[in-house]
Amino acid sequence: MEDKKTSRIREFLQKHRYDLVLILLLVFVSLAALLILSLTRTEGARVEVTKDGEHYATYSLSDEGEYPIGDGNILVIEDGWAYMRSADCPDRTCVNRGKIRYTNQTIVCLPNRVAVKVISGEGGVDLES
Amino acid sequence: MTDRTKRLTTLAISVSVAMILSFVESQIPALIPVPGVKLGLANIATLFVLYKLGWKEAIAVSSVRVALSSLLFGSVSSFLYALAGAALSLAIMALLKLAKIFSTITVSITGAVAHNIAQIGVAMLILQTEVVIYYLPALLISGIITGAVIGIIGALLLNKISIDPR
Repeated sequence: MEDKKTSRIREFLQKHRYDLVLILLLVFVSLAALLILSLTRTEGARVEVTKDGEHYATYSLSDEGEYPIGDGNILVIEDGWAYMRSADCPDRTCVNRGKIRYTNQTIVCLPNRVAVKVISGEGGVDLES
Repeated sequence: MTDRTKRLTTLAISVSVAMILSFVESQIPALIPVPGVKLGLANIATLFVLYKLGWKEAIAVSSVRVALSSLLFGSVSSFLYALAGAALSLAIMALLKLAKIFSTITVSITGAVAHNIAQIGVAMLILQTEVVIYYLPALLISGIITGAVIGIIGALLLNKISIDPR
């Protein structure tokens, strides 16, 4: 009974060995990428806003307030967190993204070509906002 | 029915099924707020055509589906994303199927992951910023999950549906 079971498992593994290798490889790469991102994450100091592929503005996470980005988006900085309050696009993915504060966390609005990225405080926090 | 007529009809039905799946997909709100994450329902149709008819037919059905559904439910930028995603995922899936050593589910998973990588690539080009690369882990993991779901559905359908009842 037990032998039958193990031989069936072995047969399955044998038949699907390439599948298993490929899937495990994909899972491994994803987890490694996730691990690298979470290990390198530190508290950020500023957010860098890019619009239409160009630098738009840099705001300090300690400067609370509402910052319109172009016509479509409103970025809010509150209690050291940055989030998108509103967007004029239908998918509103950027608004649903929630709050960010750690380095390399990102809010992206694809329709309006806006990207907000948290960066570290090196090079002085006091930048014009 | 002649073979030509039959082929044309099968392709037309596949496109319409893919369109319906695209429409249903466009009505489902995003599960997690990461751009590019989606279930990929239309890939059921692509997978089906790829296995039942072949890669040329899959390219035809996939490109007509992408063009029509972007026109009807999407925008210019969503067309670029969808096209890049569909092209890369179909290319990968066709190659893996050609290798003949992978199951349908694996082909679907790799296709979904390829689709999501293509989305990141297009986002980097359009936004002209590398920050979107930080979405990669989330997109890889979601690709594995959605690809597995779609692959299981696809494998079931491939077993159940015969397009040649003669």
